[in-house]
Amino acid sequence: MTKKFFISKKLDDYFIGIYNAYKFIGSFFKEAFKAPFHFKEIINQCYEIGLKALPLITLTGFVTGIVFTKQSRPSLETFGATSWLPSLISIAILRALASLVTALICAGKVGSSIGAELGSMRVTEQIDAMEVSAINPFKYLVTTRVIATTITVPILALYCGFVALMGSFVNINAHESTSFFSFFEHGFETITFLDIFTSVVKSIFFGFTIGMVGCYKGYNASSGTVGVGRASNQAVVLSMFLVFIEEVVIVQVSNWIRLY
Amino acid sequence: MQSDNHNDIIDKGNSVISIRGLYKSFGTLGVLKGVDLDVYKGENVVVLGRSGTGKSVLIKILVGLLKPDSGRVEVLGKEVDKLQGKELDALRIKIGFSFQNSALYDSMNVRQNLEFPLKQNFKSLTKKEIDMAVEEVLEAVGLKDKVNQLPSDLSGGQKKRIGIARTLILKPEIMLYDEPTSGLDPITSIEINDLINDVQRRYHSSSIIITHDLTCAKVTGNRVAMLLDGKFLKVGSFDEVFADKEERIQSFFNYNFIQ
Repeated sequence: MTKKFFISKKLDDYFIGIYNAYKFIGSFFKEAFKAPFHFKEIINQCYEIGLKALPLITLTGFVTGIVFTKQSRPSLETFGATSWLPSLISIAILRALASLVTALICAGKVGSSIGAELGSMRVTEQIDAMEVSAINPFKYLVTTRVIATTITVPILALYCGFVALMGSFVNINAHESTSFFSFFEHGFETITFLDIFTSVVKSIFFGFTIGMVGCYKGYNASSGTVGVGRASNQAVVLSMFLVFIEEVVIVQVSNWIRLY
Repeated sequence: MQSDNHNDIIDKGNSVISIRGLYKSFGTLGVLKGVDLDVYKGENVVVLGRSGTGKSVLIKILVGLLKPDSGRVEVLGKEVDKLQGKELDALRIKIGFSFQNSALYDSMNVRQNLEFPLKQNFKSLTKKEIDMAVEEVLEAVGLKDKVNQLPSDLSGGQKKRIGIARTLILKPEIMLYDEPTSGLDPITSIEINDLINDVQRRYHSSSIIITHDLTCAKVTGNRVAMLLDGKFLKVGSFDEVFADKEERIQSFFNYNFIQ
């Protein structure tokens, strides 16, 4: 007997997927504000997530700062405006690059790890084991991880911004002999509260998205070890895709706020 | 193959699990097609059947992991599919579920695996009380020396024992074992069978044991229920069930011993 579909299998699955994701997000908000709160597990997850991503964020942030400065110098030199380098780099890093680079690294490193961990717990019945022990697995596993990524990614983004500025300073200091204080004085001249605020808000959305997508894919994994790999892979791809969409939307909104 | 069943502790007037007209299907595939069963206090009931006949589905319905399509499932006097939230949790604490692959938490060592359900469900317990409970269940399963090991360092049999210990720590009234001897060598299987009997004697618990291992069925079961084509074909003592000349029962018996 063949199964009948409302539209077609792919479209049916697509809309069911959207509905399930909507329900999943709804469950998060329902559970997040209800006791027990598992503070210890949230702190543990923040530590895990922060520690996992920190070395890569340090390296990437520092290299981004150096490379971006090196690539911007020739254009500014044409106009004799190399003194603008600290401002240009600060704006680029603090407004856009730091949060985006951090989100992409976390999507790859943290999102995949959450997807794989929860996926493997699902297929080895560890999630069922929690449920039959009267422990709410959604609250213990999903809520804690999503809160942890939402807290940790903005902190990592600020850290990434600082490290990238340090990278930029190292390069500028080597070429233009600019002092540390002069670099930061010029750099922060053009930075407003709105720039930092927008960057933090963006990172909060990115962190929430990375945690939520990783948990959703892992929590609903099926088909054994193949399903775990698929969940991990889809967690990275989907969260990166959503991060880019959020970046575009939030930049538009912040530009609109700047205008008015 | 000696039966070590404790028929003397069964309270036949007190049914802890009552299943009537249970149906469950997945899509177009009907798995359970009108199952009826009673399990009495202190009794071990073995559910025998071939792979894919819905044995695991049956016990997953009993703990509310799956919902039945129709029928009435009562555990300790409560209709499982009607319970939600705290009521369901309160019932689940009274049911121990031993998974086929043990389902130990990979990221936790043995002690943390055992402490976890206790700490999450009884927040007022002191460290001393938790330590005593851990020690007691580890002694019951004979693995006191493995307390600080990770699940990945344990053998298959040891994982099963720790899985059982994790359920015992909540002092359940009902134990559900899903394929307790699958994937184990004959000696370890005997040890697990002995442990199931020991749990029945020590905790006066009632159990449903899902298996297709006839040795396990004979040694641990007070009664055996033969699940075939979505229904219990025969329920009775091991000898009564296999004295039946029904072709499918006999072929299951013969196939098991050829294996």
